[in-house]
Amino acid sequence: MPSLEIVLSVLDSSVRLAVPLVFAALAGLYSERSGVVDIGLEGKMLAAAFAAAAAAGVTQSAWLGLCAGVAASCALALVHGFACITHKGDHIVSGMAVNILAFGLTVILGVAWFAQGGRTPFLGSEARFGALVFPGADAVAPLPLLGPVYRELLSGHNILVYLAFACVGATAWALYRTRFGLRLRAVGENPAAVDTAGISVAFLRYRAVLICGILCGFAGAYLSTAQGAAFISGMTAGKGFIALAAMIFGKWRPWPVLSACLLFGFFEASAAHIQGVSLPLVGAVPVQAVQALPYLFTVVILAGFFGAAVAPRAAGKPYTRGEH
Amino acid sequence: MKLRKLFPALTLTLAALLAAGAQAAEFKPGLIYDLGGRFDKSFNEAALNGAQDFEKDHGVRFRDFEVNNDSQREQAMRNFARRGFNPIVTIGFSQTTALEKVAKEFPDTWFGIIDGVVDLPNVQSVLFREEEGSFLVGMLAAMASETGTVGFVGGMDIPLIRRFACGYKQGVLHVDPGARVLENMTGTTGAAWNDPLKGGELAQSQFDRGADVVFHAAGATGLGVLQAAKDNGKLGIGVDSNQNHLHPGSVLTSMLKGVDRAVYRMYEEAQGGGWTSGVTVLGIKEGGIDWALDEHNRALITAAMESAVTKARTGIINGDIAVHDYMKENTCPW
Repeated sequence: MPSLEIVLSVLDSSVRLAVPLVFAALAGLYSERSGVVDIGLEGKMLAAAFAAAAAAGVTQSAWLGLCAGVAASCALALVHGFACITHKGDHIVSGMAVNILAFGLTVILGVAWFAQGGRTPFLGSEARFGALVFPGADAVAPLPLLGPVYRELLSGHNILVYLAFACVGATAWALYRTRFGLRLRAVGENPAAVDTAGISVAFLRYRAVLICGILCGFAGAYLSTAQGAAFISGMTAGKGFIALAAMIFGKWRPWPVLSACLLFGFFEASAAHIQGVSLPLVGAVPVQAVQALPYLFTVVILAGFFGAAVAPRAAGKPYTRGEH
Repeated sequence: MKLRKLFPALTLTLAALLAAGAQAAEFKPGLIYDLGGRFDKSFNEAALNGAQDFEKDHGVRFRDFEVNNDSQREQAMRNFARRGFNPIVTIGFSQTTALEKVAKEFPDTWFGIIDGVVDLPNVQSVLFREEEGSFLVGMLAAMASETGTVGFVGGMDIPLIRRFACGYKQGVLHVDPGARVLENMTGTTGAAWNDPLKGGELAQSQFDRGADVVFHAAGATGLGVLQAAKDNGKLGIGVDSNQNHLHPGSVLTSMLKGVDRAVYRMYEEAQGGGWTSGVTVLGIKEGGIDWALDEHNRALITAAMESAVTKARTGIINGDIAVHDYMKENTCPW
């Protein structure tokens, strides 16, 4: 029976690992709910991570870094929007182009600006998002169960972690309780109906794509200025695609998407803990098996064991007036 | 018509130019890094430092190349050899297979490899007894630990890294037979050398389980380990290069591996016109392995720690202490 500290440590780690997934999955949710398929989450995160680390390194301010990250990500989002919405291009091709562009550009600019093989300089604590300790975290620690949970799990994260969770609530509210949300959902299902009502399909979709850019910017900045302390080439390491999987697993709904992200984070976190530990009956688990676990579960989950995932009907289809 | 006449003339000129180039064959050393990159502040950077020292001392320019994926290794070596680079030193165990192939194709070019063995007449292989240095830093970790639990984070799960882990464990238990050593490997592919986020997460998980000193042998991934140690107010131990200066006060020490000296020595030998093919093994005795003590970690190392490690160091040199080599039988008795 694992002790409470171990359980808390795994959960704490799950939360930290889930945060970039939450941001990116919500970003994908906005985009796809409006009818724009986005496989370029990865590239936007990467560009944001680079811009955030570079700006934070130069200005010594994490907040300016965050702004730069969001700006870089939004710029790429607008490129994607321009190709897909204005010019009715193929969403997959454009998304892929964003990924490739971001991967190459970050390394080239990194080499040109910092001459450290594509890496940005290491950030000191003033240029990173530090941990926020909740009031009374140490005072309640002696309480059984609740004390450690409050101290370890709830308190002591950086501000972007709390922002990620706030974004889930805000998204749920915006999507289901506001006029913008209603129109957003409508434009992803039936753009012709929205158009008939006299609302601009293109403008709605552009706004969704921009929100997607902002959220990817948060995800990237989190990687390089909160969780890490520098940009490293290709540091997103497929997180954009895992976020995409989480979005599908969560069926394009904010709260289920959050659960999916936390689950994927939990798999990754527990992999670190069961590595090298002897389990009853099985013995010591090989490193390879442990590391394959999150992917294995992803496949099982996506194979439809939890009901079919139906995408917004108009997702990936460019809208041309009169053709629908 | 004109073209047909021009063509032989062009070919001739080109051949003459090439011949001239070959005659004026200057000394052109090449260096090919492993994944993790030139600026990993660790293994590859040590090689870069060695080459730069040589450039400074002898005024000879060297060319280097960073491998970004496994398929580039062969290409890079062949490319360097074709362009007349000689000697070409390749860094890292993972270069072995590619080098075996390319070294056969260019029997007149001298190749060197660090951490791998290629048995060919034109290849010089340099190995290190990492277990000896790991033993020393393991002792320091055990002496610095207050919880009796220390950690190890490896990069790619290969026997070479298990050798670090095993020596480290032996060193820890040498000081404190009741100590607990937590072990994590970052991954099973080359990407494991360049994933500081994962390194940080692994270190964090070890801190949560009670470790207060963590040693990494993980290239650039280890930068995340050292960062996590600093963020948590714990101690990290660097590897390959002296990493004490990265976070002064949070890096207990570094296990030094003389990759820089090995590269320097190979270049020097080649410049002198000779090349010793075969396998060279460097340990503490040969000055290839050591631990780092400088102004950045002076305050962390007590006199008792220093004298204990110095004693063990002498013991290893004169054979009183036998440090187990994982790669002999691919087992670790601890």
